[in-house]
Amino acid sequence: MRSEAGAPAEVRKTPVTPVQVTGTVLTTRRVDAYHALTVVAPGIAERFRPGHFVGVAVGGTQTSMLTRRAFFVHDVKPDYGGTVEFVFSVSGPGTAWLADRRARDTLDLVGPLGRPFPLPRDPVTCVLVGAEHGSATLFTVADALQRRGCRVDFVLGAASADRVFGALRARRMGETTTLTTEDGSLGMRGRVTDVLPGVIADVRADAVYACGPMPMLHGVTTVAVEFDIPVQVAVEERMACGIGVCMTCVLPVIGDDGVTRMVRSCVEGPVFRGERVRFDDVGTIPFDALGAPGGGTRNAG
Amino acid sequence: MPVDMRTYLGHVELVNPVTTAAGCAASGSELAQFFDLARIGALTTRSITMAPRAGRPTPRMAETPSGMLNAVGLQGPGVDAFLERELPWLAQRGVRTVVSIGGGTVAEYTALARRLTDAPGVTAVEVNLSCPNIEDRGRVFARDGAASAEVIASVRSVMRYDVPVVAKLSPDVMDIVSVARACVDGGADALSMINNPLGMSIDTEAMRPVLAAVTGGLSGPAVRPLAVRCVWQVHAALPSVPIIGMGGVLTGRDAFEFILAGACVVAVGTALFHDPYACLRILRELEEILAARGFHRLADAVGLAHRPPGASTRHRIDLEESSL
Repeated sequence: MRSEAGAPAEVRKTPVTPVQVTGTVLTTRRVDAYHALTVVAPGIAERFRPGHFVGVAVGGTQTSMLTRRAFFVHDVKPDYGGTVEFVFSVSGPGTAWLADRRARDTLDLVGPLGRPFPLPRDPVTCVLVGAEHGSATLFTVADALQRRGCRVDFVLGAASADRVFGALRARRMGETTTLTTEDGSLGMRGRVTDVLPGVIADVRADAVYACGPMPMLHGVTTVAVEFDIPVQVAVEERMACGIGVCMTCVLPVIGDDGVTRMVRSCVEGPVFRGERVRFDDVGTIPFDALGAPGGGTRNAG
Repeated sequence: MPVDMRTYLGHVELVNPVTTAAGCAASGSELAQFFDLARIGALTTRSITMAPRAGRPTPRMAETPSGMLNAVGLQGPGVDAFLERELPWLAQRGVRTVVSIGGGTVAEYTALARRLTDAPGVTAVEVNLSCPNIEDRGRVFARDGAASAEVIASVRSVMRYDVPVVAKLSPDVMDIVSVARACVDGGADALSMINNPLGMSIDTEAMRPVLAAVTGGLSGPAVRPLAVRCVWQVHAALPSVPIIGMGGVLTGRDAFEFILAGACVVAVGTALFHDPYACLRILRELEEILAARGFHRLADAVGLAHRPPGASTRHRIDLEESSL
């Protein structure tokens, strides 16, 4: 598996060239607590690999909302030259506007963005862990893994039953599927990290893939590290541009050389090796990070 | 007939007036995925500092009505890595590069300028004066004409004679004209305005400031009227000094507004976060607007809004229009 954070200031590119497309909304649907939009975007669909995300402009042409919303791609289909589907929950005026889109409306998309999930060369057993709508990212990964002959097991969880995304599809695709809810309304009561050690032991997992909120990724990484198996996490950081120019989505990640750098989750990520992400220090500049204030460097502003 | 879009920054000719704003194009390679960077007038780098900088903690960004707040804190690789990797990469592709520099002391700016002197591929140097002055209790250089002029004079004295030095001004001052005048007296070949005014946003759910750094720079169309006012005032006071205008340029119309106010170059910043193709789209729209108004040359429109009421837009003699 590849590393994510490399030499300082190395000019890094996403493996595929993103494009900007004005896509037509094909279908909109409600999935429990979430909304899903399918958009005709051939240029993005043909370049897509599991783990990629799209940057969506919200508010129309005269919008006062200038930052793009980043969403992981849930599914791509070859219909109409290529469609992409993404899943989101309404959390502000931008996502509320998106939830009001109807079939035949147009959307401005940039994608595919980010570095996709690395896939194992050999047919191994993988546990895919998703929390909230982060689960949506995992199904294209599962598909790619299964095409390589990998065994796939799911662990999906959320606060309540209506926030567990993709349980049915996971049951269809996965060898086993374990569901958790914090209120006990579906599956086991608790969090995904409570059941994960048992699942890893039972299926003799060789690798873990995870997507969800930062504390959950932290927990999953801790479990995987205990079992000494590789873990790939896809982070959901706040972004403004998604293409690597705004420098707002950074988090501390340890590079191959052992040096911690503030790397952009949109370009160097969103997929990282879990044990390389300094989860405890997310939201801070660790004192030993390259260029940290007081680290022998001049702090100029 | 195509409009002659050439413009001058000092004596340096740019093929067109559209550039990126400092800190909005990262290393350049990110935008190069979308369009050929050599097609825009120039690319302005993020502010290069002596040492690598990790920047500010997250959250660094907050969306606000028609704008955004940012507190990135000049995250960057430091001048060594910049000269080793980023600048040669840009030079190789024929990208005209305005290198923005930031420092905490006059000596640091000077040392940076000295490092850039021998580097091939520097079209101009933009001095980011909105950095805290370590020797003046952390107050930013741009607040004070004398401090700004000291930095500019020092950078000018070590920079190659054929590389223009541009002073980037902040709108958070009592009198931007006096700071602009001080910079020009200090040797600035051109002025660039505006840097982000400081703003703040509070999360009413968490009842805490949204940004980890509490305050941040406000950008986007929300600051455009402020920016146009600054360009207008400075151009009125110093009509012969070339101005790079910026602040919330989203369309060709917005760029034209800055041109009319007196800017001969227009920088695109926050728009790049929304639309990676913004520079080329704005350039095309600006050209269409100029053509529709009957202009043959961009230079004819620079500062045109300053003409007396009732004056014609056409009969300007060549000498008069030189914002060269």
